[in-house]
Amino acid sequence: MRVTFVKSLDQYGNRTALITDTGVEISYRTLLSVADKIARMIEKRCLVFCVCSNNFESVAGYIGFLRAQIVPILINPDIDTDLYTELEGTYQPSYVWAPKNFAKGTLSYAHGNYELKKTSYNAVHELYDELALLLTTSGSTGSPKLVRQSYKNIESNTHSIIEYLNITEIDRAITTLPLSYTYGLSILHTHLAAGATVILTDASLMSKSFWSLLKEQKATTFGGVPYTYEMMKKLRFTRMDLPSLTYLTQAGGKLSKELSLEFSEICAKQGKRFIVMYGQSEATARMSYLPWKYAIIKAGSIGIAIPHGKFTLVDANGEIITAPHVTGELIYEGDNVTLGYAESIEDLAKGDERHGVLQTGDMAEFDEEGFFYIVGRKKRFLKIFGNRVNLDEVEGLLKSKGYNCAVGGVDDHMKIFVTDERQLEDVKHFISSKTGLNPAAFTSVYIESIPRNESGKILYAHLEGM
Amino acid sequence: MILSNLEKYNNAFLEAFGIDESKLNAGLTYQSIKEWDSVGHMSLIAELEDTFDIMMETDDIIDLSSYEKGKEIITKYDIEL
Repeated sequence: MRVTFVKSLDQYGNRTALITDTGVEISYRTLLSVADKIARMIEKRCLVFCVCSNNFESVAGYIGFLRAQIVPILINPDIDTDLYTELEGTYQPSYVWAPKNFAKGTLSYAHGNYELKKTSYNAVHELYDELALLLTTSGSTGSPKLVRQSYKNIESNTHSIIEYLNITEIDRAITTLPLSYTYGLSILHTHLAAGATVILTDASLMSKSFWSLLKEQKATTFGGVPYTYEMMKKLRFTRMDLPSLTYLTQAGGKLSKELSLEFSEICAKQGKRFIVMYGQSEATARMSYLPWKYAIIKAGSIGIAIPHGKFTLVDANGEIITAPHVTGELIYEGDNVTLGYAESIEDLAKGDERHGVLQTGDMAEFDEEGFFYIVGRKKRFLKIFGNRVNLDEVEGLLKSKGYNCAVGGVDDHMKIFVTDERQLEDVKHFISSKTGLNPAAFTSVYIESIPRNESGKILYAHLEGM
Repeated sequence: MILSNLEKYNNAFLEAFGIDESKLNAGLTYQSIKEWDSVGHMSLIAELEDTFDIMMETDDIIDLSSYEKGKEIITKYDIEL
């Protein structure tokens, strides 16, 4: 097992690791002492559910588990209860670290508003030696499919991100994304590894408390998904006076060229850097970035592969594309390519199935100077407010409730096609409550029948524009 | 029929959140219903700006944390409710 950055955090001693939303500063020493105390309650390497918000307890538990080589599955506290129960039943964790009253079990330890509970499951998990942590692939539809990340994955991606963003001890990142989300987690990892500070808050950009905390604690950076930038545009970010901010990052879906250009220009004017990035949890977090100097002239591009990573494009015949402006599937190679997926307890014993090569499922092109552009997707999923939502899983959820339907749409706008007019409102509410996403993301449309080919497969292309 | 400003104000909430008129009361605050999250807030601001043909200030957008507070804020834009 390789040692990850979490083992060397002790070197930062009295420096401030975390600042809570009430302004309490927590040193690396305190963080590690609480983290190790939580982890010591667990006798040996096992599987733990870690229900994470952007607060001290969540981070302490998580870091403790990672340091003790206990394998956490990171879970968003807003998960639908039924889906949580299903996930627990599938993986049968030995312990759960969660807010009070969240989980059942015998109390082994409590800190602040969090409790470590020993579950009644007796499953003995066979955990692959290199397995460090597990992330849900689409937290919102509650699919029990997990991404298996290794110690090497985390170590490699963390250092690569620190290198290209040039994160140093003086940085202070404020949270805008959940920790159970790979982008949010990577911000925590990179800032701790660099001895920097993370300001923890669950407040939304649409609330006053977020901006007051940012100003008071002099945050230097934050990250956002495309929807975050839509919100910032609405908030007239251009007129806000935020002198402490030195750079902004964007990932979690494709930002429109217009918004990308707009923010590149605003940031350039204010002497801030704007960095568009691209990644997936299957690649730990990050695969590419657009160096900020190119933000304006290459707006709309996902940039170049991160340090120590490599992109290639492959055509339909599996041949490598060498000419610019030719579309092919984007393939990434690097030490941050994760081990593979898990869909059952048994899968946790599996080794490395990808050997450093990831077929991203995204269709892309590169230009004459080698900058990459995403032009489409091979798989059926949408990004809704930064969350990957698998359309087949949504269809499955609806069908299990007896709705005859087909699901399509574009990012941030899902369309649900139903053949019974009376179900128009029901399907919207059902999916909104299951996914925890605002109903505004869903439109339901009545159609007479679902278009299918002779073999009964849904013709999704026919639904476009309906 | 000409709508009063209060009716227009109410309609903005109904449109943005897709809720019933009975929910429009002092208890309606940011995150008190699932429709009023950050996404819903964006729709609400857009509705209010379109309805009254105004451009709201950043501070007012993030201050508008309840149905009642919104009334106060809207009057700043020379709209009498």
